[in-house]
Amino acid sequence: MNVDANHKVREPIRDKIFFVFTVIFLAVFVIITLYPVVNTVALSFNDGIDAVRGGIYLWPRKFSMKNYKTVLDMQNIWVGARITVLRTLIATLTSLFANAILAFIVSRKRFLFKSQLSLFWVITMYVNAGLIPIFLLYKNLGLTGTFHVYWIPGMISAFNMLVMRTYMEGIPDSLEESAQLDGAGYWTVFKDIVSPLCKPVYATVALFIAVWQWNSWFDAMLYNRMKTEYTTLQYELMKLLSSVMQQSGSAENAKNGAATITPITIRAAATVATMLPIIMLYPFLQRYFVTGLTIGSVKE
Amino acid sequence: MAKTKVKEKKVKVTWKEIKKQKFLVIGTLFLVAYGILFYYWPLTGWIMAFENYKPKSGILGSKFVGLDKFRFLFGDDVFIKAVRNTFAMGVINIVTTTFMAVLTAVLLNEVKRAWIKKPIQTISYLPHFLSWIVVTGILHDSLSASGIVNDLLLRFGFVNQAINFFAFPKYFWWIVAFAQNWKETGWNAIIYLAAITAIDPALYEAASIDGADRLQKIRYITLPGIKPTFLVLLLMNVGNVLNAGFEVQYLLGNGLVQSVSQTIDIYVLKWGISQNDYSLGTAAGLFKSLVSIALVVIANAFARKYTEERLF
Repeated sequence: MNVDANHKVREPIRDKIFFVFTVIFLAVFVIITLYPVVNTVALSFNDGIDAVRGGIYLWPRKFSMKNYKTVLDMQNIWVGARITVLRTLIATLTSLFANAILAFIVSRKRFLFKSQLSLFWVITMYVNAGLIPIFLLYKNLGLTGTFHVYWIPGMISAFNMLVMRTYMEGIPDSLEESAQLDGAGYWTVFKDIVSPLCKPVYATVALFIAVWQWNSWFDAMLYNRMKTEYTTLQYELMKLLSSVMQQSGSAENAKNGAATITPITIRAAATVATMLPIIMLYPFLQRYFVTGLTIGSVKE
Repeated sequence: MAKTKVKEKKVKVTWKEIKKQKFLVIGTLFLVAYGILFYYWPLTGWIMAFENYKPKSGILGSKFVGLDKFRFLFGDDVFIKAVRNTFAMGVINIVTTTFMAVLTAVLLNEVKRAWIKKPIQTISYLPHFLSWIVVTGILHDSLSASGIVNDLLLRFGFVNQAINFFAFPKYFWWIVAFAQNWKETGWNAIIYLAAITAIDPALYEAASIDGADRLQKIRYITLPGIKPTFLVLLLMNVGNVLNAGFEVQYLLGNGLVQSVSQTIDIYVLKWGISQNDYSLGTAAGLFKSLVSIALVVIANAFARKYTEERLF
């Protein structure tokens, strides 16, 4: 603020122009980010036929809940929602635990194979077998066509490990040493000393994993295409959107009154329903990821 | 205390020590077994790229064909285009997202009032948490004939007729770049903002006393201050150039823009999974992996030579 006080003395014209530019840039940035989302919400609450006329911006013109009713009446949506919730819960718990253990082990200063284990996992970030060998592996292991393909293969990620390792390395050794003098084993150190201190970074990584799981669709398409009982919400949304895109030529039919609901509003309703949980939880989770991300990735 | 600790850091591998670290060693065994199974073992699948792989005969029993698959790949116009598209979109994405992230972070940092800055930031990260399905769906609506973009273009008289953006190859790479920027700018700016916060405020005060204006302070203090972060992220991104192409292109692509939308990953998916030519799919994937590794190594070597930053 001292700096600003100094500026008041003789505010150069360049500073004023710059200030105006900053305001305009940020305003446009916010509008471009928010508008499409708000518009989608408005469309989702608008009557289907009415929406064909266009011209709906921030608020529905002819309010209707029919789009949501249609979406919620789709059977697969409920199957997908159940599987998505399940995979998000299971994968977040298992993956968080596995990554935390890995990070704990490689952050122990006295550990004999510390650098080798670290390197072993960092290599996996850069060397990737590719789609086909991995597809065949999952097939041979009997993971395709099952629910387990969603949580077993991706359990450990070197990136999450690095984020947690950096955080754990910041915890003073003396805590661990004094606990060990009291006879605590490594498991106790992990459970009762390191983990409670790592809550912020655990929250961050859990958030990363949960969002990743919630948004996944490719694995459902690739490994469980034939298994409708393991479909996910995003994959159902994708099928809905792509079928609508193909049908968009027949929007004319809808206009002629054959159906009361046109694709674009249903699409909007499905989109909103899918992103709703994230948007609702988002304000509460926000404070975690900023700290976690900056700690983890600036210094590797 | 801390200093002596550093000296005795090298712990010798002895049975006694292993026994003491039993928990860590057993954990390591599990983690390594898992890593070998899911990350290292699939690498043996690369052999398929040099075979005419038949699932019935397995990797060991299939016929060895040398570089035949690669010859086919490089003779295939579609593959060459896929490589070009992947590179082009990767480079465009890295350049534009880096530029936007730095610009947003620098400008946000100029906003001193928390009640303005915080909400802007909150809004800016939001798209990062939406799936590509949702983002491409929204983008599709915005760019459709009745969408907001055409609405504005028509209203201000830039065009006489709505443009079908998804029908012309010339728009595709830029639509992808826009989607990428829309989704990730706020998120990427977090790291730069953190780096800016770490700059010593005394530098700014000294500059003010010397009569520097805001632009000069950005140019001579802020930008040099975030250079290390910029370089590390750039290094990490270089290895990811070829990874910049699957979901968006798959979801936004269509028959009309196929020549510019298809990437290596989509090519692998089409040949490997849909056509069941596992060998060809593996060969294309192997090519991508090798180029990615080479890029990381080269970028790292450059960084070692010219800057203080490196990845390994």
